[in-house]
Amino acid sequence: MTQLISSPHAHNRTSVQRTMLLVCGALLPATLFGLYLFGWPAINLFVLCLGTAIGCELLSLKLAGRSLQACKDGSALLTGWLIAMTLPPWAPWWIAVVGTAFAIMIGKHLYGGLGQNVFNPAMLARVGLLISFPVPMTTWIDVTPITSADAPSFIEGLMITFEAMPIPDAATGATALGHVKTALTMDVPVTQSIPEIYNAGDYLFGSTRGSMGETSALLILLGGLFLIFKRVITWHIPVAMLGTLAVLATVFNVIHPERFEPAVFHLLTGGMMLGAFFIATDMVTSPTTKSGQLMFGAGIAVVAFIIRSWGSFPEAIGFAVLFMNALTPIIDRYFRPRIYGYGYTGKPLNSGKE
Amino acid sequence: MFNKLKIRGGVHAEERKEQSTCQPVRKLGIPPLLNLPLRQHAGKPAQPVVKVGQQVKKGELLATSTGDDVCASLHAPTSGTVTAVGEITAPHPSSLTTQAITIEPDGLDESVPVEPLADPMTLEPGEIADRVDQAGIVGLGGATFPAALKLKSGARQKIDTLILNGSECEPYLTCDDMLMRERAEGIISGARLIQRAVGARRIVAGIEDNKPEAIAAMQAAAANYDDVTIQAIPTRYPMGSAKQLIQAIMGKEVPAGGRSSDVGALVHNVATAFAVHQALYEHQPLISRLVTVSGACIEAPQNVEVLLGTPVSWLLEQCGGLTEDPARIVMGGPMMGQILRTADVPITKGASGILALATPEISKNEASPCIRCGSCVSACPMGLVPLEMARHAKGDDFDGAKEFGLRDCILCGSCAYVCPSHIPLVHYFQFAKGELSAKRVQERKGELTKSLSEARKARLEREAEEKARLKAEKAAKAKAAKEAKARAKAEKEAKAKQEAEQASEESGS
Repeated sequence: MTQLISSPHAHNRTSVQRTMLLVCGALLPATLFGLYLFGWPAINLFVLCLGTAIGCELLSLKLAGRSLQACKDGSALLTGWLIAMTLPPWAPWWIAVVGTAFAIMIGKHLYGGLGQNVFNPAMLARVGLLISFPVPMTTWIDVTPITSADAPSFIEGLMITFEAMPIPDAATGATALGHVKTALTMDVPVTQSIPEIYNAGDYLFGSTRGSMGETSALLILLGGLFLIFKRVITWHIPVAMLGTLAVLATVFNVIHPERFEPAVFHLLTGGMMLGAFFIATDMVTSPTTKSGQLMFGAGIAVVAFIIRSWGSFPEAIGFAVLFMNALTPIIDRYFRPRIYGYGYTGKPLNSGKE
Repeated sequence: MFNKLKIRGGVHAEERKEQSTCQPVRKLGIPPLLNLPLRQHAGKPAQPVVKVGQQVKKGELLATSTGDDVCASLHAPTSGTVTAVGEITAPHPSSLTTQAITIEPDGLDESVPVEPLADPMTLEPGEIADRVDQAGIVGLGGATFPAALKLKSGARQKIDTLILNGSECEPYLTCDDMLMRERAEGIISGARLIQRAVGARRIVAGIEDNKPEAIAAMQAAAANYDDVTIQAIPTRYPMGSAKQLIQAIMGKEVPAGGRSSDVGALVHNVATAFAVHQALYEHQPLISRLVTVSGACIEAPQNVEVLLGTPVSWLLEQCGGLTEDPARIVMGGPMMGQILRTADVPITKGASGILALATPEISKNEASPCIRCGSCVSACPMGLVPLEMARHAKGDDFDGAKEFGLRDCILCGSCAYVCPSHIPLVHYFQFAKGELSAKRVQERKGELTKSLSEARKARLEREAEEKARLKAEKAAKAKAAKEAKARAKAEKEAKAKQEAEQASEESGS
């Protein structure tokens, strides 16, 4: 007996694989630029993350007794890629391997695999690493383009990645967010500390210290717009997130300019852009309805702003995303579309002979 | 534009309509055999009124609607002999059998004589509905609900607008499009009869804006009538669903659990209106329909007018046959149509299309896990959350699925069309709906049993009480009798004693 096949008999030809690969494609410009800026150690780290992700995916599928074909969907590749985008570019090999293995095996497959995880695996890895290994996770290398004289050669790159050669302290420094935070603890007002380290142009086009996903806000933004254009994501989460952050930052900055950074600084530094377009929009861990997505994006911005302004960590996107991930089921429960023929309260419309 | 903003969700599927509109509708001849299922409509099967071996003429009644039930009668599509009344393979994915009347045409195509009729537009509304009933007309858009019942209930309610559904939003299908292009006058004439039958103030024909020729033809046909308007509506599946169409044209939503008439609307398909025209002006009951034959495996995609009961296999042959083995044969459109396991099934009243689809045209991918992308939520025209409905249905939690709107699901398939994980969402919903209705039937049965057993218990109690009362009465009576007896005895004894005393006194003295 053949299987009963229900309608529809047509399909718009999307697939999970196409979705995942389009996201990877959208990340490509920012990634290539980041790899160029940070040279061989960054390339090694990137390859390690991707390789570990695929390897762990295959292992997990095997252990779960599922078809190994499932790894073709590209979701593990994307997770590995996103982790690489959020790590310090010259981080040692074990950071990449431990982080990615944690993300895929514990963050994703322990929950039941694709579609079942509550938390964004890449952010779990990043936050887990940051808390467990704060020093390598906050060692930010200066920009040394692969073509420059200071850039490590391929061999030196391998030695850095495998910790056979220390990263010279002189070549590292704080990110803008870190610098401003440290300055604040020493009572240096942000009006003074920001100009020391930051000008908007550098952060927009990206020639600054930070992870690969932090350097060029513009390339990330373009990638995000590409995803919206291709209808892989919708505007709701990024706009809610960036908009809420801009409003909050502006209000506080106007009230107390010496204590709070201006909105542009918030938007262009750290992982805000990457978070808004690539992390928070992770389909599995974000709400499914438009109203829920607006709520979710706004929530991330509020939590991130609170942590950035009053918390002990300079960067907060990872924490904020995980926090809102935890609230996603409840957002999905209460933010539903209005059903045709019902009012917003869920009662049937009046038998409309008004 | 205004309306487009109001309509939620939906999808814009690849239309693939142009293949079948390049030549005019072709009238197919008489096939060697006609199989007419007794149930080609929503509701109960019709009752056969012919016997095996009987000669029938074109238009003669074969099976009649059963009284007050939802049912539609059936007529002979051509003259011939009834060779069987029995089971045939149903045009259904299950390939189960269904009761049908088989006719072997004699090729003469002799009609039953018709008595001349006064101008149908002078008929009483009830009379129009009766004649529509006698002609066996059902909704030809696919729902196949008996048209006369809609007219009768429409006459009872206040209908403001008769909406003619010419949206034909399913991809591939062009039979309504071609009907509007070629027979617009008849459609408008039939619609005016329906308008008279239900007392509607105006007629609005909603046609998707991807059919400019049909819109032009309908406008020309409606030019003489002030109360008939032709409205172009956005091309967006499922615009042909009554609820969405009403919203697009009237800007109102049908309340949940209500009917179109609650907002003063009555929706009829253009083909149904044409069938009404044919029945009242040409005295021809519903014995044929337009069918779109299309798909990549069809040699010459086209629209044909075929007799009901024509075998699909014969129909395909007449259209040049198949160019390759089709991956799937579908009756209806690709979004809501039903798969046919065999082409040896008849064309029925609701068959708007026969599609022979090649592998690249269909979705055959294995389902992968839901990634919660929310595409289905955006695509749902009803505002439901398909992914949650499917999740609950999969876990046999049908009440949970109901909470996310299962009951309001119109099974349009927009969600499954856009699902990147290729999850057969409609399949889950059909299953869950079936389970829910089975549960409802079970509950109703349970309630009936409960009320019966309660009634019995009450009766038994009553009887027991009655018995007890009688017994008590009897006992009381017996007691009273006994007491009386005792008293009598005591009295007697006392008397005897007295007498004895007296006697002894007497003797002693």
